[in-house]
Amino acid sequence: MNSSLALSIERSKTLRVVAKNWAFFFLLFFLILFSITGRGFLSVMNFQNIVHLSVIAILMASAETFVIITSGIDLSIGFVMGLSSVTAGKIIQILYNSGNHSAGFSIFIGISIALVLSLIPGIISGIMIAKYKVPPFIATLGMWGITNGIALKISNGFPVAELPDSLTKIGNGYTLYYKPGGGFSFFGLPEGVGNEHIRDYIRLIPNSFLFLAIVLFILYFLLKKTKFGQHTYAIGGNEDAAIRSGINVKKHLIIIYTLSSFIAGIAGIFNIFQTGIGNFTPFGAMYELFAVAAVVIGGASLMGGKGGILASVVGVLLIAVLENGLLISGVEPFYRFIAVGLLLILAIVIDELFPDLF
Amino acid sequence: MGYLIETRNITKRFGGLVAVDNVSLGVNAGEVVAVLGDNGAGKSTLIKMISGVYPSDEGKIFFNGQEADINSPMDALAIGIETIYQDLALAENLNVYSNIFLGREKTKKFMGFVPVLDHDYMHEEASKVLKKLDINIPSLRNNVRTLSGGQRQAVAISRSIYWNAKVLIMDEPTAALGVAQQKQVLDLVNTLKDHGIAVILISHQMHDVFEVADRIVVMRRGEKVGDLVKAETSTEEVVNLIVGSEMVK
Ligand SMILES: Nc1ncnc2c1ncn2[C@@H]1O[C@H](COP(=O)(O)OP(=O)(O)OP(=O)(O)O)[C@@H](O)[C@H]1O
Ligand SMILES: [Mg+2]
Repeated sequence: MNSSLALSIERSKTLRVVAKNWAFFFLLFFLILFSITGRGFLSVMNFQNIVHLSVIAILMASAETFVIITSGIDLSIGFVMGLSSVTAGKIIQILYNSGNHSAGFSIFIGISIALVLSLIPGIISGIMIAKYKVPPFIATLGMWGITNGIALKISNGFPVAELPDSLTKIGNGYTLYYKPGGGFSFFGLPEGVGNEHIRDYIRLIPNSFLFLAIVLFILYFLLKKTKFGQHTYAIGGNEDAAIRSGINVKKHLIIIYTLSSFIAGIAGIFNIFQTGIGNFTPFGAMYELFAVAAVVIGGASLMGGKGGILASVVGVLLIAVLENGLLISGVEPFYRFIAVGLLLILAIVIDELFPDLF
Repeated sequence: MGYLIETRNITKRFGGLVAVDNVSLGVNAGEVVAVLGDNGAGKSTLIKMISGVYPSDEGKIFFNGQEADINSPMDALAIGIETIYQDLALAENLNVYSNIFLGREKTKKFMGFVPVLDHDYMHEEASKVLKKLDINIPSLRNNVRTLSGGQRQAVAISRSIYWNAKVLIMDEPTAALGVAQQKQVLDLVNTLKDHGIAVILISHQMHDVFEVADRIVVMRRGEKVGDLVKAETSTEEVVNLIVGSEMVK
């Protein structure tokens, strides 16, 4: 019965589009549902809030997307993010509070070092996986422990505070400030307008959103438009075929894990800009697992060969909207886990029913 | 006249197992050599050394009389040795033209400096080569997963032809095909021969072998036990060599 249902759906063009993009249609469905059931859900500010709070999860899912397409997994990204955040925080703190350096210079150096550092866990996992055939689960689990330990050591188990205010000014600022009938300005209130008037202004496009869009565009481009992306899909589809057609699969996998780690490092930088402090990743945050869930909900398979950046973003937003909407509608928060679990099962069932769709 | 492709005393071991034992084999341009042998005789392993998948433990490979240093599939491809494997080695999650160009994708410049995939070019070139070989596939943008076994075989062959194979190695090309498609592949082999390509063909199908091969090489337990001109041998002689009831020099 299932297969005949699957067949008839595959024949219908409209239904194909729906089945292929079910996560997107679910997202639309929940947006409409919560707009009716949840007070205050349907507002530009709430939507911007959802995206702002999802920035880290979206970056995590993007990192995981590359890895999962090659049929791997990266468990270390959550703690690499924390390592990047506390490293940047510590360096900025030392430079800035020494009194010899400007906030801008301190931030620049802190970020640069943290980003370079974030390459290392990925290089190590990548070499273990590609050259020594260590299963990705184990190799990145090793980095999961090591990066967490180092982050806790650097921060002594406390968030790294006393950082310049400019961090959150940028991180929580908006690209456009607009007062109906009263003009607008970019990246801050107009000259001479005090912060007490901020409520008069409509704030559009959080800066985090803008920077996220830039990062996502680059990653999307890399995956969908370049040889590198094509080889990533080929390796996930048939690693043997990739090797035999001359693709340097070992080198490619090392780059993939390094890229994943680097994107997690970027997430750490977003984190320090949004919170104004260097945060280690709390043990129970499970960023990596929510990222895997979002990627799979977006239509990827742990067997590799399929998935995409935009699809993973839809996966993250579906989870985020569900959480936000349930909260606003007054549903107890633990239902979040049940909701994510149900979505995952649905994703896998749909994937099983229509293997040729994707 | 020297061989176009030649192995001299080539050996491959897997742990204690000698999969290919001291085998010398040469193929001329425009010649089809069939390699026959029972399951596990070492046929696939032999051709994988020529195509760079496995390094040989002993022995040498010569291309056009020169010793060829083949350490990877890329080395083999670079000198014009193309291989169609038993498992075809297609990425089923990619479309037809992407498979034809796999690993050698054509790019164009985006905004003057960023190399991006040139889908139009690859699509165009792929349809040309399929047309030349009289192969019919509904849409080259369909994933290979949706194609029939014969169509997949055709994609694999077109890929090699497109990349100007000088030596084409085929491992059981007709094994999974219906009668009409088998005939098409065999016709294709004859076409390749006319173009001066050296073909090494592994097959269990005696009928195929006698239809297209010029020479027949028989392997048993890793060793080469026969090298026969087709016109001078018989099915019976070949079968006896395969099962080992007779030894012919
Ligand atoms: N990667 C490998 N590792 C270990 N042993 C191998 C490997 N590949 C092949 N062998 C062994 O080497 C021997 C030769 O195998 P090969 O695949 O070359 O045989 P074949 O003649 O192609 O057989 P078939 O007709 O079944 O395809 C077999 O005993 C096989 O089990
Ligand atoms: Mg074989």
